[in-house]
Amino acid sequence: MMADFILYALIAGLSLALVAGPLGSFVVWRRMSYFGDTLAHSALLGIALGILLNLNLQFSIIVICLIVAIFLIFLEKQKAVAIDTLLGILAHSTLAIGVVVLSISNTAQINLEAYLFGELLTIATWDLVWVVVASALIMAVLFLFWNQFLSVTVHEELASIEGVNVNRLRYLLIILMALITAVAMKIVGVLLITSLLIIPPAAARQVAKSPEQMAIIASALGCFSVVVGLFAAFRADTPVGPSIVVVATVTFFVLYFFSNSSQQN
Amino acid sequence: MPNPAISENVLIRASHISIQFEDRQILQDINMQVNQGSIVTLIGPNGAGKTTLVRIILGLLQPDSGTVWKAPGLKIGYMPQRLQIEPNLPITVKRFLMLTGIKDARAIQELLDELRISHLKDQQLRNVSGGELQRVLLCRALLRRPSLMILDEPAQGVDVTGQAELYQLIVRMAQQYSCGILMISHDLHLVMSATDEVVCLNHHICCHGKPEHVSTDPAYLDLFGVNAMNDIAVYTHNHNHSHDITGNVVTESRETDDG
Repeated sequence: MMADFILYALIAGLSLALVAGPLGSFVVWRRMSYFGDTLAHSALLGIALGILLNLNLQFSIIVICLIVAIFLIFLEKQKAVAIDTLLGILAHSTLAIGVVVLSISNTAQINLEAYLFGELLTIATWDLVWVVVASALIMAVLFLFWNQFLSVTVHEELASIEGVNVNRLRYLLIILMALITAVAMKIVGVLLITSLLIIPPAAARQVAKSPEQMAIIASALGCFSVVVGLFAAFRADTPVGPSIVVVATVTFFVLYFFSNSSQQN
Repeated sequence: MPNPAISENVLIRASHISIQFEDRQILQDINMQVNQGSIVTLIGPNGAGKTTLVRIILGLLQPDSGTVWKAPGLKIGYMPQRLQIEPNLPITVKRFLMLTGIKDARAIQELLDELRISHLKDQQLRNVSGGELQRVLLCRALLRRPSLMILDEPAQGVDVTGQAELYQLIVRMAQQYSCGILMISHDLHLVMSATDEVVCLNHHICCHGKPEHVSTDPAYLDLFGVNAMNDIAVYTHNHNHSHDITGNVVTESRETDDG
């Protein structure tokens, strides 16, 4: 008989891994990992403000992520500072501000580590419902707009001339990123969200022959990492989020060496 | 507003287009149009604003002033200057073509056959070489059955033998699908003979008209030098060059090189 908390953790982790495959593939293809990092780190600011203002935490994470994302789109057009510098500044300053605000909010017993590295094993029923519903929503949007997202990613101008609404898709993708950040927050924590988005797709890339294959293989590898990571963490009493990421990283290197050595022949 | 009554067979018309980037005037009061079934070639030195004009006509860029009128329901096929494929994105030629939203495998196959690139169908797009990649892009543009094709230096990165062939192919396909063409090209000698109208651009329209006319226009000679005229003369009288067994072509050495 499996304990409820492990079952909950498993379901939450698997839902996240399933959507992280396709969404993470776009992060890899569109080179958005820095952007993802910035959103993830600003999630901590969202939590801090949520606690301070006594708001629902998921809600305040999404709101802060969207504000930061819109801010970034706006700032992308300026030319005074290079975009990666800007992302670097925002990613770390939002994290720092988050930690500072959390420490002065003076609420008793804030477990900072849980926010930074996830707290999958303490996931509550309502959290689980939220994770599953949000994941399903992200998956549905990706499925519905898959071809358009892909077209815009391959060549934005061609897509636009062929009638795809490029701007609408860009905003949609940002909303999905904010949503998955709020979901993944619970599971792997602020610092490891991006890794779950990019490691499985990067591993899948080594063997995939089409965009769809890459997304599906990434989902499968993500699920594998969740299952193995979770049970290993339970056995060895290690933190769950980091354990999942370690397993994912191992799959990446295995596939990397496997595929690059078989290409030599 | 242009009068629709006189634009029955006008596909697209740009009127009084001006745009400026920061302090530089890139385009000034440009007027041009493409009619059904005609081929318009846009030439001009580097930095003359050719690509900017094309981007405005395509609707990718808003001009500071002026309007672009499109025939109702106009479908445009666009062939970009180059296609850079993200190395982390595995995609076959066939899947790339299906990004148009067209999933009709037979239509895709027929067009691939016509362009003689059906052997590329299942290859990764990243591994397709320059000349063949241009054909893949042409295929994607044609797949939607456009009535206007816009091509930005379609033969860039194609070797000399391939260039003439590619232009012939473009012209033939345009005739077959009876669509108009607007293209930017540096390869004057290759496109002049097929072109109905040449527009010579250097921030403003220096001259335009039939190729024979433009190539002797003082404004054109000013921009490209007398050698350019010889270029055209040489090539229009030298269509039937032959290849040796290794595919080499013997060409006169050209002195102008303002590529």
